[in-house]
Amino acid sequence: MIDFDLWQEILETASRNKLRSALTGFSVAWGIFMLVVLLGSGTGLQQGVEYQFRDDATNSIYVRAGRTSLPYRGMRPGRFLEFTNRDFDALRERVPGIEHMSARAFIRGTTLVRRGRESGTFSVRAVHPGHRFVEKTLVREGRYLNDLDLAEHRKSAVIGTLVKEALFGAEPALGREIEINGVVFQVVGVFDDEGSEQERELVYVPVTTAQRAFGGRDRMAQILFTTGDATLAESQEMEVTVKELLANRHLFDPADPRALFITNNVEIYQRFASLLASIRTFIWLVGIGTLVAGVVGVSNIMMIAVKERTREIGIRKAVGATPFSVVRLILEETVLITAVAGYVGLVLGVFTLEGLSRVLPEAEYFRNPQVDLRGAIAATVLLIVAGAIAGFFPARRAAAIRPVEALRYE
Amino acid sequence: MIQLRGIHKSYWMGTNRLHVLRGIDLDIAPGEFVAIMGASGSGKSTLMNVLGLLDNYDEGEYRFDGELYRDLSETRSARIRSERIGFVFQSFHLIPFKTALSNVALPLYYRKVPRRERLGLAAEYLARVGLADRATHLPRELSGGQQQRVAIARALISRPRILLADEPTGALDSQTSREIMAVLQDVQSEGVAVVIVTHEHAIASMTDRVIHLVDGEIASDRRQQRRPALDVPIPGLESTPSRIAAAS
Repeated sequence: MIDFDLWQEILETASRNKLRSALTGFSVAWGIFMLVVLLGSGTGLQQGVEYQFRDDATNSIYVRAGRTSLPYRGMRPGRFLEFTNRDFDALRERVPGIEHMSARAFIRGTTLVRRGRESGTFSVRAVHPGHRFVEKTLVREGRYLNDLDLAEHRKSAVIGTLVKEALFGAEPALGREIEINGVVFQVVGVFDDEGSEQERELVYVPVTTAQRAFGGRDRMAQILFTTGDATLAESQEMEVTVKELLANRHLFDPADPRALFITNNVEIYQRFASLLASIRTFIWLVGIGTLVAGVVGVSNIMMIAVKERTREIGIRKAVGATPFSVVRLILEETVLITAVAGYVGLVLGVFTLEGLSRVLPEAEYFRNPQVDLRGAIAATVLLIVAGAIAGFFPARRAAAIRPVEALRYE
Repeated sequence: MIQLRGIHKSYWMGTNRLHVLRGIDLDIAPGEFVAIMGASGSGKSTLMNVLGLLDNYDEGEYRFDGELYRDLSETRSARIRSERIGFVFQSFHLIPFKTALSNVALPLYYRKVPRRERLGLAAEYLARVGLADRATHLPRELSGGQQQRVAIARALISRPRILLADEPTGALDSQTSREIMAVLQDVQSEGVAVVIVTHEHAIASMTDRVIHLVDGEIASDRRQQRRPALDVPIPGLESTPSRIAAAS
């Protein structure tokens, strides 16, 4: 049941002691405000990093062929390396832990893609079906390339949404034909990708078909694969195996830094993740520090406030206030002030975050700062409880002393 | 109504025991108007605090209507004060951030009287002490005499059986003192016992009974014909220019 009389008494006391109420309120509001802004920024950083990895598997390894830079077994440096289908098969067979795997070959020169009168230049990637998982391609219509496409050298193509838009507009694209550098392919699927625009301006064709149709023989530029749930150490082991295997096959020094370019996304992601974890830890530390400062502030003010009110308490007791009613008055006043101030801090913090995300340019590593409301509310409750505890002991002491002493207090 | 028997009270000042009350026997009947006199340190304020349950006592018996008040909890004594005892202090002891009206209404808040009713009653009691037009003023906006009237209204609003006034005129000039005493005489005439502590004979002469304390014991206790508070010259009241300074 709500005791309106008590609240009226509290409101009167709080509003007549503006400075004290304002000071208590400020330390609470500030603590909550800082916490909200900090935690929100932390979330923004995390989302920024996750955004970087949104369109690629985070457990993938990319291997690109380079140019040797060290002499090896009588061979001079400066040889260009190229992967072949046999390298691909060898890796598939002999590197343990590979989950999905694909080659990536490009058609030399500009690739003109035409459909009737519409045409444009788009990058064409010749890949295996496993590419879909490495790149996290989202098939919107039809299907992705499959093993049959490769085995039968079918002229199938999966086109990006932007390619479809450019060539087909609003018309359906599935089953229709497009020409890639004069070779006719059939559109079997349309895909989307959460990455940049370029990723949606691609055309995927079977690697076998491309090698035959565009004179690529059995070459490929890159080999990519995902590592399943391999740990960082395991992924690094796979990296080494790949390097040794290819060094053996192409006769280059395994220590040659320029012969192969290997991008281990497991490692990169882990590095970001641990950086992020330390940032989050740091933010929590600062946030907790701010909270503790708020708690100390509220406690201090409460203790001083109760001391300052000793005489008032004496008067109240002289005219019939019981110790319980005195404690209750002080505590409920504290709770009211901290709750209102906490709420104000919460709202201000959320507005500031909102403002930040509007004012700041769409930064690479800072996106959508948001705060976990439950955490912020828990923090507010913590401050309220702390204020109440901080007020309780001096209030109880003040309420217990005999009025004659309280009245004498100056 | 009130019976004190063999009341002893000591204070400890560090290791020194200060024996302030040394066996007080005292009876106060309903509607009596009593002045307690004595020099500084004679124990008169302590006696007042014991009477008002603002302080405890070490030995003896304090009975109110036959009921023994001894080793009361703060809660219990707060209830008794709320129902039976009103206080007026030398330094008024109004709550500084409350208006005159709210100050007067405060005792009724602790007796759970609904807000509207207690504010109405407070306005009535303020009018009785002649301050109807000062209801919304804060204590600091009132003169000393006005503050003391507010305090008296506050003491009376809970309809106490006894009003205890510790140097009620101690911080006031002679004309204001007369007015306050007139109000107290008025209160007494309605059947409330009034006990005042004072060190001024002029003030004491406006009461019916004067008790002298010397070193924590009752030295004399005599009844007298009181003087009216207003319109009659009282020896010693106007003649001492330094009495305000002496009182504080």
